[in-house]
Order: sequence, then structure tokens, then C-alpha cells
Amino acid sequence: MDAAAPLFRMEGVSKRYGGVRALEDAELTVHGGRVHAILGENGAGKSTLIKVMAGVVAPDKGRMTLEGTDVSFPDPAAANRAGVVCIFQELSLIPDLSVADNIVISNPPKRFGLIDRRAQRRIAEDALARAGGEDIHPLAPVKDLPLSRRQIVEIAKALARKPRILILDEATSALTAADVTTVFEVLKRLRAEGLALLYISHRMHEIAEIADDCTVFRNGRSVATYQAGTKSDNEVVEMMIGREYSHAFPAKSAPAADEKPPVLEVRNLSWGQRLRDISLTVRAGEVVGLGGLDGQGQRELLLALFGVTKGLTGDILIDGKKKTIASPRAAKSRRIGMALIPEDRKTEGLMLAMAVGANLSFAALDRLSHWGIIDRDGERKSIDEVIRLLAIRTAGLDVPVASLSGGNQQKVVIAKWLMVAPRIILLNDPTRGIDVGTKQEIYQLLRKLAGSGAAILFYSTDYSELIGCCNRVLVIYDGAVRRTLEGAEITERALVASALNIASEPAKADA
Amino acid sequence: MSPARDETRTKLLQAFTRLIDPAVATAFACILALLLVGSIYSREFLSVEYLLQQLKVASFLGVIATGMMVVILLGQIDLSVPWVVAVGGMMACAATAHGDIGVIGAIPFGLLCGIGLGLVNGFGVAYLRIPSMIITLAVNAVAQGLMVVHTGGFMPQDSASDTMHFIATGDIVFGIPNALIVWAMIGAGAVFVLTRTSYGRAIYAIGNRERASFLSGIDTQRVVMIAFAISGALAAFGGVLLAGYAGRAAQAMGDGYLLPSIAAVVLGGTSILGGRGSYIGTVAGVILITLLQSILSVLQIEEFGRQVIYGGVILAMLLLYGRERSVR
Amino acid sequence: MRDWRYTLAAQRGTLIALGLFMGLFALYVAKHPAGFTANVVQTAANKGAILAFVAMAQTFVVLTAGIDLSAGMTFTFTNCLGSYIVAGSTPTALLGCLGVLVAGSVCGMLNGLIVIYGRLQPIVTTVATGSIYYGLALWLRPQPGNSDNFNSDIADLMTGKTFGVVPSALVVLLAVVLVVWVPFRRSTMGRAVYATGSSEVAAYMSGVPTQQAKFWAYALSGLLASVGGLYLSFITYSGEANFANGGAYTLYSIAAVVLGGVSLFGGVGSAIGAIFGALAFRTIGDLMFVFELDPLFQPLFQGVVLLLAVCVGAARLFRIRNRLDLFA
Repeated sequence: MDAAAPLFRMEGVSKRYGGVRALEDAELTVHGGRVHAILGENGAGKSTLIKVMAGVVAPDKGRMTLEGTDVSFPDPAAANRAGVVCIFQELSLIPDLSVADNIVISNPPKRFGLIDRRAQRRIAEDALARAGGEDIHPLAPVKDLPLSRRQIVEIAKALARKPRILILDEATSALTAADVTTVFEVLKRLRAEGLALLYISHRMHEIAEIADDCTVFRNGRSVATYQAGTKSDNEVVEMMIGREYSHAFPAKSAPAADEKPPVLEVRNLSWGQRLRDISLTVRAGEVVGLGGLDGQGQRELLLALFGVTKGLTGDILIDGKKKTIASPRAAKSRRIGMALIPEDRKTEGLMLAMAVGANLSFAALDRLSHWGIIDRDGERKSIDEVIRLLAIRTAGLDVPVASLSGGNQQKVVIAKWLMVAPRIILLNDPTRGIDVGTKQEIYQLLRKLAGSGAAILFYSTDYSELIGCCNRVLVIYDGAVRRTLEGAEITERALVASALNIASEPAKADA
Repeated sequence: MSPARDETRTKLLQAFTRLIDPAVATAFACILALLLVGSIYSREFLSVEYLLQQLKVASFLGVIATGMMVVILLGQIDLSVPWVVAVGGMMACAATAHGDIGVIGAIPFGLLCGIGLGLVNGFGVAYLRIPSMIITLAVNAVAQGLMVVHTGGFMPQDSASDTMHFIATGDIVFGIPNALIVWAMIGAGAVFVLTRTSYGRAIYAIGNRERASFLSGIDTQRVVMIAFAISGALAAFGGVLLAGYAGRAAQAMGDGYLLPSIAAVVLGGTSILGGRGSYIGTVAGVILITLLQSILSVLQIEEFGRQVIYGGVILAMLLLYGRERSVR
Repeated sequence: MRDWRYTLAAQRGTLIALGLFMGLFALYVAKHPAGFTANVVQTAANKGAILAFVAMAQTFVVLTAGIDLSAGMTFTFTNCLGSYIVAGSTPTALLGCLGVLVAGSVCGMLNGLIVIYGRLQPIVTTVATGSIYYGLALWLRPQPGNSDNFNSDIADLMTGKTFGVVPSALVVLLAVVLVVWVPFRRSTMGRAVYATGSSEVAAYMSGVPTQQAKFWAYALSGLLASVGGLYLSFITYSGEANFANGGAYTLYSIAAVVLGGVSLFGGVGSAIGAIFGALAFRTIGDLMFVFELDPLFQPLFQGVVLLLAVCVGAARLFRIRNRLDLFA
């Protein structure tokens, strides 16, 4: 690290939410002209740290200095004025306004006191070009843009504010590899101009490429700060989880080789432009993975199987017989026996304000009721059993499920579905944002379920998961199965190569 | 201690905790405060006759507010109450003019009309995804139009059936008003459905997060539609009771029940955004509103003063415990 | 070339409302015995303008994803106030008009302050404040009437014809749009209102002054409702505290706003669309008159048309292919 004075410093910053210590005596030193990566599990305090820096949240204690002067930000606008600009994970774009409106939202150009639309358009086009989004029309309403374009707009918006410190909170999670390259070029240019960049990401290879310094957070504290490249991945993970870590997955088992038809078979499934002629099979006892870049149709495939989409063509066969799955209710029914662990547990998997017990029994309620009246004893027994099975840590059955940690919340979602004894389990990126310990538990569980005959289809953005858990992996590109990898063929190189195997672009092996 | 007694202790404790939900507790405290204020003016306020009379009047609002509560728990609103109440009353009375079958079928017919209108609301909200505020407003206008045509613009001439009159005004059991017994039965039914059935659980879940409920395999559209049908039925039943009480239906008889029913539900601790609330709170809210209106009129405060105090009290109570969480 | 396509798409709701109104009005004028004459247009304009003002008032609040159930009562209150203070010589009367406008704005600001700092939901806040404003109106005018020296000159000027042809009401409507709506829409505060209604969380994180935006929205809402109230006193030369009328204006303003393409979820729509929605809504009533529909059927007709208009928006559902998009 250079000896120059730090641009920004945080010392002794603490923040509590009720009984939860989100930040405890956190410390951070940021230098201009360097990219500083922040690593840590979810719940380690990274988000809270960023929110404190960006003025979204007020710290209980602590001190922040910018170029040696003490600062505090009562709201995001104040932080922006000081030159601290954040690109959040949950996008801060206003859906009903246009791209240009959003880019200049915090400080639109004015003429005679009213907003100058022409100047605004010029600023927007400028910023979009710098962020690599020339294809985005400034007048397009943001809600009509796909997620990857919205993320580019978010970056353009940050650039338009002429930041001195730019914070990227998982800002590349929805971008294609080509977009990421462009964004990294932008970041490198900004670094050369003397900006300080804070980069939060789970993707180790991205951090390896772009970061200069790294800080690891655990349980709300800054645990270690080191120069990028001086620690191995394993060492870093151990710092993040605070104990020895062995990257072990449970042993895979092969499905029974018998004459029975596959539990789930899909033939020529198409849905508008998003799914093209997909065919796949999953046998009892198999764990099949869906790989590929984000947004290639994996989510839509799972939703389509679960009966959420309309206008599907093609066939779905359960146990060899054609079935029509008209709704999640039908998918859940005994004759089909499907379960879907959805993408966003907070808005799709749980009723956050409701009790843990109520959430757990919710999908199985019709099985726990006679003539619509809930059998309370039966419900209680089933809930206790499933809590034990998944080792869900909760203060009680009546506390709102929002009070549980992310990992336990996800366990509640999985437990809820286990209560309907599904034969086909679909999972949509189930371990995203979950701590390493719970991830291990989930991998064990999936193996166990496969062992008892369930057919599992799961989509993951984590290569190591696909490699470690799956018997087979289907790599999806642009709504179609690009390649099927089996057994020993499933390696990170193969996954990345087939995910990027786009005819119009040169293959970039960034394994 | 035996497990059975443990169970009972836990159940009593749970019921008690629900009672000391701050919203409900405040509502009951305000009821006591109002009675105290009234008793300073006159001892009559604490008399059994007065209290029973108030409870009887509260029953009409109570029945209507029960339906409103179900809809609000879903995160919706039912603005068709004024004219569905009128439809219930007028159609029940109209039926009595059709011989013996009409008299027997008067109440069911009134209810059926309410269910029909409720189903239109429910269909619009659940299947056409029209915001409940606007579709119930439209249905209210249609209901009004239908009743204007039916009565020819005049006062409705049909009288209520004897049964209707009996239920609304009689008191067979130890002098307890029949209307109150009816409310109690409906209330017990509501509590049972909301706390012990999968339908009730689905209502809370949908009010909390419809998306997650749908993805959990619940037929959310059917639940919503049935909820509006229930609200329509209860509003119509309220109209039946009111017609029975007065001996006949009247134009715009339901107009004074819309805002009080919403206020009663919200003052009882049910969140207007849905997903949270208990029936005992609604009971408290209904009694509170009824008492407030009664005391204001007995204290011979002029109409304008009553309106201002009424609005002011509701605001004050909401500011006490109806606030959302701070952003920071 | 694509620019105008985006601009067109953004104004879709307003344009549909305009088309609806023009179609209905053409029908009206065609059937009217006097045809497209200045007098016919003037009467229609006077009545339509009042609802248009209240609809504009409602628009400001709805844009922030709120609802104002007190709009009709602010309207009534300012009407009663106007009947008192728009009196005497012209300068005094003009001061009186100003006073009315200030009073209306204060009502709006009170709503805003309670929603922002009290953190109460708009629907329950405005239910309560509506009661208060109505009480004030009743205090001013327990009986309908006006002051002896009510300045009818101003009233006549505002409801007459400019240059003998164009109804003054429309001129005032246009003036209000140009002086209030257009500058507001293009100001940072106006954009803040849209942003707040579209996604309050995203707006806050983007540094948009959401609290100020809401305050302005509610204040302007009160102002516009008072313009409506003032206009009513110009037309009737008096003030009347009529509960049913006030309630009707609130509900009609919501209908007008929806017809005008303003989304009840906030962030989408324009007051100009709401004006056309209001005019269209009024014309429906007038249509029944010229088609010599039995006046008995008018409320029903109005209700059914509203119901159909509201359901038309559901047609977009057929294009939805991922059911998750149906849920927020």
C-alpha cells in the first residue's frame, strides 16, 4: 500500500438492529487510486458498512473521516454531495421513470428553475457511453429493461454524479461476461484517475482480477486487511468463516439403474423467446444441475415446470405419463408431487411478518386439515419433526420468520416444502447469500433426499456447487441446452467454456 | 404438572398475549375512558340498560365490520359497503311482499344479493386484477343504480318481515339483545375461520405476501374472491338487521357505515396494509366507535362538533399505535 | 425516430382519456337539441370544471401512491368558506378568494404532515381528516346560504364566457394547468413526487427528498380542491355542507383519476388525463339526459359505464405470460 494519506477512514463504527450487532467496532481505510475489495459472508456486516458510508443508515457509534476531516451523512443526498456514491445490490432505480430521468435523479440540470430535458439527455447519453450502455435508449422506461441493462444504467447513474469514492455492492451479479469486461475497463480507468473504489463481491475470480487491497469482515468486525493476491482462496474463506474449512461435498451416488421411466422428463419445451426446445430427464435419485450465465432462461425453466407460466409448448412427463401443470397448486398436488424453492426467499418463499410455525406448515396445510379445519396437534408434530430434521435455529415457533438469519430462513423455505413430501424438487439458486455452514447442511440434505429417491433439478450460479453436488449439469445459453456434462466432465473450465460458447464473441477463458 | 394442564396454561397465556397487543389494549382502555367521561356527565352511562343498548347498536356495525376486516386483512378494501347494505335491507323487505315463501326467504334472499355483489367485487380483484378501491366503488355505484330503479326513487314501501324485526329488536335470553347474540355468533365464526382453518391462514398469508402464497401452491384467486363474497354477505346481513330494526329499509341506509367500519377495523389494530390483526381488536374498535358516536350525541354536542371530535379522536388513537416504522 | 414512440407510450393514459372524452362529448353534442353552441358548452364546462379541479387535487396525492378520501370534504369546506368571504367590493372579494385558496392548502398540508410525520397510511388519515373538514364546513354553514354582500360579479365572470364564446371555466382550467401543473411537472419537486410514488425506497436511496415531495403533493391537492370549492360557490352563489355531496365528489374524483390513466399504485399518470377523465365522467351523466333516458336509470347507467371502463384496463392481462408478474 502506498504511503499517501488515506482518502477515507472509518473507525470504531458500530450499528445494532434490535439485538443483532450488524457492525461492531468496524474499521476501514480507503486510498484513492486503488480498488479495495470487501469480502465476507452475508450477515458479516458488509451491507451495513456500505449503508453507513452511503448515508442510508446512521451508525450508533464511530467516526468517519474524508481527507482527514470528520464527516457524517444524515441521508444519501449528503453522501453524494461529499462524493461518496454507491451502486447498491437492490437497485435504486425508479421503475416508472425513464433512463435519463434516473441517471440525473439526484441533481437534474435546470433552466429557469425547471428541469432542462435536453441537457439531461446529453448527460445521460454521456454517462451511458462511459458505462458501456450505448445500446440503451435514454427515454426508455426503466421497468421495461432487463436486469442486466438496469445494472448498466445504475452504473451510469453513479458515474454521472462525479464520485470520488465509488462503492459497488455486488454490482456485477446480473451482468454477462462481456458486460463485466466493459465495466472492469471503466473501473480501471476511474482508478487511474485517482478515484477510490470499493468492490464487494462473492466472485473470487473477479476480485483476483480487479482488486488491489482486500478486507475481510466477519460478525460485524473487520478481521483482516491484506494486499490482493497475497492469500490463497482457502485462507480467505477460513478468515470469512473463522474456522478451518474443507471444501468438501458429500459423496455423490449414482441413481438406481432400472427400467422405470424417469420421474421427470421434458420434451421440446418452448416458451416465447425465453425457452427454446428444451429437453431433459431427471431420474429418481439424480441431482441434475442447470448452469450457464445468469438470465439465460434457467429461472424461467423452473417456473415453467412449476406451472407459473402460460403459453408453454412441448411436453412434461411425470413417471412417463404426460401431465399438464396448470398452476403451483397442481404442481404441488400428489399426482405430480413437485416443489419449488424460489429465487428470492424474502418475497417469494416466506411471509416475513408471519410466525415461523405458520410459514413452515403453509404449503402442507391442506394435508394437515380435515374439511378445512387445521389439525393443530398434527401440525405441531410435523413442524417439530422438520425443524429437527433441518436443525433450524429459531427462538420459538411464534416469532416472525423475519427475525431468523438468512441461512435459517432458507432452511424454513426448504422445510416447508419437505412437509409435502415432494418427489421432484426444483431449486432456484438455493444457497445464494447463505453462510458457508448452512450451505454444507443444504448439500448434505440434497444428497440425502436424492438417496431416498427424489429427483432434484437445481440452478446455481456457483460453479463449485454444480461440480460438487450434481450427477449431471446442463449448461443453458439463450434458452436452450448448450451442453450436457456428466460425472468427471463437470469441471469449472468446462462449465465456463460452454457458458461462454457464444458464436459471435471470442471465447474468454477466465477460469 | 401434567402435560394437559401445561397445554391449557400455554393456551391461556397465548390468548392473554393477544389481548395485550398494544392496539387492542389501547382500544379497550379508550372504551373505559369514554365510559368514565360519560359517567361524569350522567350516572346513566354505567347502567346496564344503556350498555346493552349500545351493544345492540354496535352489533349492526359489528356485523358489517367483520366483513370489512376480512377484506382488509387481505390488503384490500371494500368501498361498496354503503349500497350493499342498502341492497340487503331493501331486497329482504321486497321479498316479504311475495307471499309466505317470500317472508321465509326474505333474509336468505337479501344475503344472496349481497353475495352476488361481493362475487363481482371478488372476481374483479382476483381475476381481473383491478385495484379493489376502484372496483368496489364501481359496484357501489351500480348497486345504487339498481336500488334507485327498484324503488322508483321513492322511499321503499315494503316492510321488514317479523323475523327480521325479531332478530334486530328482540331480547329473549336474559334481556340480552338478539342482535348482540347474532353478532356474537358471527364473531365466533369469524374467529374460528381466521384462527383454525386453512382458509383463514391463507388470508393472513396473502395479506402478508401474495406472491409467496401463490408460489406455495395456494389458489390465491379463489381465496380473495370468497373473501369479497363474505364481505358482501355480511354487509347485506347488516342491512337486513337495520331494516328489521327500523321496520323498513330506507334510501342511503348504508351510507353511515362505510367510514365507521373502516375506522373500527383499523382502530382495533388490524393493519390497513393487510396480514396483521385479530378479531377481538375489531370488536373493541366497533364498541369504541359506537360509544364515541353515542356519547357525542348524548352530550348534545352540535353535529359539527361531533364530526370534528370524531375525526380527531380517530387520528389521535392512530397516532398512538398505528404508525409505520421509521425509514432509518 | 424512436423518440416520439417513447413519448407517446409515456402519455398513453392521458391520450386514451382524451379520446374517451371527445367521443362521449361528440355524442352528447350531436344528440343535444341545441347542438354545438356556446351555451351548451358553457353549462357543460361549468359543471365539468368543478369535478376536474377535485380530480386534479386527487391526482397529486395518488401520484405519491396515496389516496385522499378527504378531497370532497376539503371541497365542501372551502365552498362554505367562500360563500362567506368572497363578499363586498371587488378587492375585498378577491382577498376572500385568496383566503379560500389558503384555507384549502392548509387542509392539504395537514393531511401531508400527518402522513409524513405521523407515519399513518393516507387512507385512514384522510378518512379522519375528512370528518374534521366536514365538521368545519357544517360549523360555517349549518344551513345552506350565502352572505348578503356575496360578490356575484366575480362569480359571473368566472362562470360566464370569455370573448363571448369560450366558457370562462375552461379558461380558468387551462390557466390552472399552465400555472400550477406544467411548472410542477417539470420541476425537481414534481419529479420527486413521481419518483416517490413509483418506488419510495429507491427514491430515498437515490437521494430524492421524498418527505418534501409528499408535502408538496398534499398541499397542492388541498389548493386545487379549494379552487373547486370556490367554483361551486360561483355557480350556486352559496355554500352548503352536504355530506352526501362531499362524499360523492371524493369518490367521483377517484373514478375520474382512474379513467384519466393515473395509476392508483403511484408514479404514473398526469393531471391532464385526470381532467379528461373528469369531463368524460360528467359527460356520461349529461348523455343520459339528452338521450332522454329515464332519469331513474341514470345512476345505474353511470355505475355500469364506470364498471366497464374500469374493467377495460384488465385487458392487458391477456398479454401476461408469467403469472408472477400479476403479483407485486
